[in-house]
Amino acid sequence: MSTTDGAWAIRTTTLVKRFGAVTAVDRVDLQVATGARLGLLGPNGSGKTTLVRLLLGLVHATSGQIEVLGERVPQRSARVLPRVGALVEGPGAYEHLSGRANLRLMDAAGPGGSRRDRSRRVEQSLSTVGLAGVGRRRVKGYSLGMRQRLGLAAALLRDPELLLLDEPTNGLDPQGIHELRALLLAVNAAGTTVVLSSHLLTEVEAFCTDVAVLDRGRLAFHGSLAELRKPTGRVVVRTPDTAAARALLGAAVVDSYGDQLLVAADDTAALNARLVTAGLRVQSLQAERRSLEDMVLHLTGPSSDRYDLAGGEQDAS
Amino acid sequence: MIIVELHQLVRRPRTWVSILLLVLLPTVVALFLHGTDVSPRPGQGTAFLAEVLNNGALFPAAALAIVLPIFLPIAVATIAGEAIAGEAAGGTLRYLLVRPVGRTRLLIAKLVAVMAYTLLAVVVVAATSYVVGVALFGQHAIATVSGTGDLKTQASVLRTVGAMLYVGWSMLGVAAVALFLSTVTDSPLAASLGAIAVLIGSGVLQALDAARSIQPYLPTKYWLAFIDLFRDPILWRDVERGIALQAVYVAVFLAAAWANFTTRDITA
Repeated sequence: MSTTDGAWAIRTTTLVKRFGAVTAVDRVDLQVATGARLGLLGPNGSGKTTLVRLLLGLVHATSGQIEVLGERVPQRSARVLPRVGALVEGPGAYEHLSGRANLRLMDAAGPGGSRRDRSRRVEQSLSTVGLAGVGRRRVKGYSLGMRQRLGLAAALLRDPELLLLDEPTNGLDPQGIHELRALLLAVNAAGTTVVLSSHLLTEVEAFCTDVAVLDRGRLAFHGSLAELRKPTGRVVVRTPDTAAARALLGAAVVDSYGDQLLVAADDTAALNARLVTAGLRVQSLQAERRSLEDMVLHLTGPSSDRYDLAGGEQDAS
Repeated sequence: MIIVELHQLVRRPRTWVSILLLVLLPTVVALFLHGTDVSPRPGQGTAFLAEVLNNGALFPAAALAIVLPIFLPIAVATIAGEAIAGEAAGGTLRYLLVRPVGRTRLLIAKLVAVMAYTLLAVVVVAATSYVVGVALFGQHAIATVSGTGDLKTQASVLRTVGAMLYVGWSMLGVAAVALFLSTVTDSPLAASLGAIAVLIGSGVLQALDAARSIQPYLPTKYWLAFIDLFRDPILWRDVERGIALQAVYVAVFLAAAWANFTTRDITA
């Protein structure tokens, strides 16, 4: 029945998950190409974590189908999950053990991998995330950033084909985030598909090739980052001669602010030529692109941890 | 996974602290008995205690009777209640399941660990109390509870082992209830206290004449039947009923735990 299509690392079909009256994931059709770097975006409570849990078989779908690495989940979880590394809603570790002991335990708990290689795998994973020198300290004494690194080490332990990372940058400082990005790029370059959910839009913008935006359980946007950020057909012009430019361009000037004009124009170069030919001084000229933040704010409703009074005055933001 | 789980059990400090506490109470009792020579009258107080002054070899049985009503069930309920809920609360349950460890396999591993703990606790209590008993009160042939003569050493050892197994088996009912609750809630404390509440409730009903109709089915009903193993001849009736009753509790609650855990959404 399963049409093994190597092109998709993840494929969901009209996936629905309800918790009582709440529909956490609502008819989501998501396809993630093998080798992609997908950013999963959306406000708190939009269903990102539930979606990740569904993909891992932790939560069972109300209806719809899930295919991960060509196999059905949760029916074939036992075959799929050894090839997946995951970080779900923060790292979890046994507090009374060292980070190293935690990794050894996790490695021993599941299938695959010989016992002889365990030490090598654990040490390699620890050094990959920068915890090789942490010694025998118990996890109890770890900082949030160290826990995050340990969680990442556990996810990377078995060279997964797919990495599902829920908020991996939580608790990391800017250097840590930078390291993480380099690490994930290297892992991705080696062939691993990476899916990460994050609040940090700049992070997703810097790292991902594809973006999926969830809003109240629905998939509000799904496509490549390039598509999302394609030019809007408007150009931002900075010129000291705003009055002359307005007179020249007429109705094409959509908006203005100080010495900046927002001009409807498809061809930036042609616009520039026209302005300069008319003897106007142009300081700078740039095609407008929407930032990811604009897109996400535009696509999604209010954060679900916000509760306004029904019929009451709503904040305009 | 079973090996990992057993490894975890012996590596956790609380395993040994709880067993130490279990051993402490009978030892304190023995020290008081030895220091004062005041023993409970025969037939009163904890079983066997009256005889212990004369014969230290009987102390393991007395020690089991001391820890059986409260200490041992609390220890077992704590460990079993922790089984799944503790992993959920610590955030490790989801990582075990995506490792992947099958849910049934995880539950079995937890059950084996709880059984191992129970057995370990009973054996350590019996062994240390034997040493303490013999050291303080000396060793003689065990007189049977019925007072119809002495038992040979070999027979008394066998009966003590039988008592240990029976007590251990009785605790499995508690363990099954706690394990079931542990799959229901994400709070290990709630699971343990829930199981203890069941036992206290059972104890209350057992003392209530008006509840006579349900008394034969209460989980604590036949716990003290291990005393019958020291009668001559052995009074098997209550022991057999106790074993059968516990088997029903174990089967029902383990099945419920399995059904719940394998179908549940893991949101912790």
